[in-house]
Amino acid sequence: MKKLNELLAQKENLLSIYFTCGYPELGDTAQVISALEKSGVDFIEVGLPYSDPLADGPTIQDSSQKALENGINLDIVFEQLMTIKETNKTPLVLMGYLNQMLKYGEEKFCQKVVDCGIETLIIPDLPMVEFENHYQALFDKYGLTNVFLITPNTSEERIRKIDTYTKTFIYVVASSSITGAKGAISKQQMDYFKRVKAMQLKSKLIIGFGISDKPTFTTACDFADGAIIGSAFIKYLGANGIEKITDFIKPIIT
Amino acid sequence: MKSKFHPDENGYFGQYGGAFIPELLYPNVKELADNYIQIIESEAFQTEYKSLLKDYVGRPTPLYLAKRLSEKYGAHIYLKREDLNHTGAHKVNNTVGQILIAKKLGKTKIIAETGAGQHGVATATVCALMGLECTVFMGEKDIVRQAPNVARMKMLGAKVVPATSGSKTLKDATNEAIRYWIQNPATFYLIGSVVGPHPHPDMVARLQAVISEEMKWQLKEKTGKENPDTIIACVGGGSNAAGAFYHYMEDEAVELIAVEAAGLGVHSGESAATSQLGEVGIIHGSKTILMQDEYGQIQEPYSISAGLDYPGVGPLHAHLYETKRAKFMSATDKEALAAAYELTKIEGIIPALETAHALAVLPKIKFKKDQVVVINLSGRGDKDLEIFIKHLEA
Repeated sequence: MKKLNELLAQKENLLSIYFTCGYPELGDTAQVISALEKSGVDFIEVGLPYSDPLADGPTIQDSSQKALENGINLDIVFEQLMTIKETNKTPLVLMGYLNQMLKYGEEKFCQKVVDCGIETLIIPDLPMVEFENHYQALFDKYGLTNVFLITPNTSEERIRKIDTYTKTFIYVVASSSITGAKGAISKQQMDYFKRVKAMQLKSKLIIGFGISDKPTFTTACDFADGAIIGSAFIKYLGANGIEKITDFIKPIIT
Repeated sequence: MKSKFHPDENGYFGQYGGAFIPELLYPNVKELADNYIQIIESEAFQTEYKSLLKDYVGRPTPLYLAKRLSEKYGAHIYLKREDLNHTGAHKVNNTVGQILIAKKLGKTKIIAETGAGQHGVATATVCALMGLECTVFMGEKDIVRQAPNVARMKMLGAKVVPATSGSKTLKDATNEAIRYWIQNPATFYLIGSVVGPHPHPDMVARLQAVISEEMKWQLKEKTGKENPDTIIACVGGGSNAAGAFYHYMEDEAVELIAVEAAGLGVHSGESAATSQLGEVGIIHGSKTILMQDEYGQIQEPYSISAGLDYPGVGPLHAHLYETKRAKFMSATDKEALAAAYELTKIEGIIPALETAHALAVLPKIKFKKDQVVVINLSGRGDKDLEIFIKHLEA
């Protein structure tokens, strides 16, 4: 697997896709990753289905529920990721909720993540103070990096602090919103992107939440190093299946 | 106040609590955490809060010596009559306080979650009183089983939004309220129990503390002593118990009993007895004890009582449980129904199904002679009549 930081250093306009493990079918994880890689996606957010995903909108909630009904669990996810460890070159980022890691055992969880060749975690309900008090040391021990989210309401002081903690990229939440919000990017959002860009942070910036197609992706890339598409992809995948993934990705990156 | 049972600066009661929230909510929660104590302790707040509790809510609520119940169980059993509050339950103590905090912070739109509908009604009520917009999230299953409260909320001008995800009960209503809050950070989340991210559990406990504050002087008047031997309260999230225990938590001589809903039986797979079935985890932004599977997926609880049908418990209660400061007991659906009928028959008081769980442990306790027991009669049973009638016929 290519290192995410090498990719971030080398390439601009990065496209990342979020997908839910075990969706649409339990055994689809490896195939979805492979299809995304072939389509030219730069890095992939691997979503761990959770029963109570507070930061996710209806589309990802539904896909998570379906995946859980399919029988997905963390052990199966790690097994699935191990099978593609040698063949997959596209960097993977793991996204899940803190309770999943807590219950699995924090050390065991980190070790498994590392065993799968993954170095980066996104945990939307892990607050900065808990990171400082406990998780920073834990993640350092395993060589894992944590991605922080910033929003239009995050103060400059806090963004600067997040910048110092960031070892891969900052996840710029496009709007004060849960995932899956629709529509074009507003002037207000662009002003916020400009404001963040003008701060000249050391960290790379990836925009997510509300990015769904070519126009929104292109706009996001004007202000950041790339963008993440989640709900729009899940919706497409649910309706069209794995074989058609390329048809979703190609128009966005060409 | 610094003590074992008050949270530290990060909102921890022992190992429980904190604020596990997405960054999107950080500014709101921080604003509240920075201001709530100062607002609550201000003279202006206290004057308005106390005046509303007196003239609008009808406080102090009576502390009633239930003679026939006492005779039956061989103890001096007092009922703290929270059922006589305006809107019919203890919930309004909290909503009156929080609406004043919301106003002080300049918030104009209020959201809330509700299980049995008591908190929803209490929120809709104070929003009507203050002329603020109110949206209440309620599980689809609870909308059916607590229809009278849905009608009351609507009449009070609130918008009731069904939560259709998961178990379609209180947990899911809370998820939906939090999601809405994330999308609309300018709204004030008027949470109904001692759950959620810090400072919500502590704020709600402080606003419910009026229950035990009154108990102290009322007991002094009636028995000559401020302290009872035992206080019994039901626990879903735990707000009425927090209020009834609050001023007695430090005094280890007072026995505190929290009663959870065991549904069809603690180990039947259809239960909400969190302390018995739960393990440490994170729910609704708080580290506490919750019912979950081996992978941390939150389990769907069950209880006949919508207000106790919750897979977690507030972090204060998790701490009271772990430190053994409070004794945790449970009552099944059947035991709660029997207790509700008993109180109705011998004292002429129809309790809420939630409250009936607290009454249901009376036959399980061996009381000493002259033991003074206070049961927090958290709510009245009008909303549950349909369920009572169904079981009466059966």
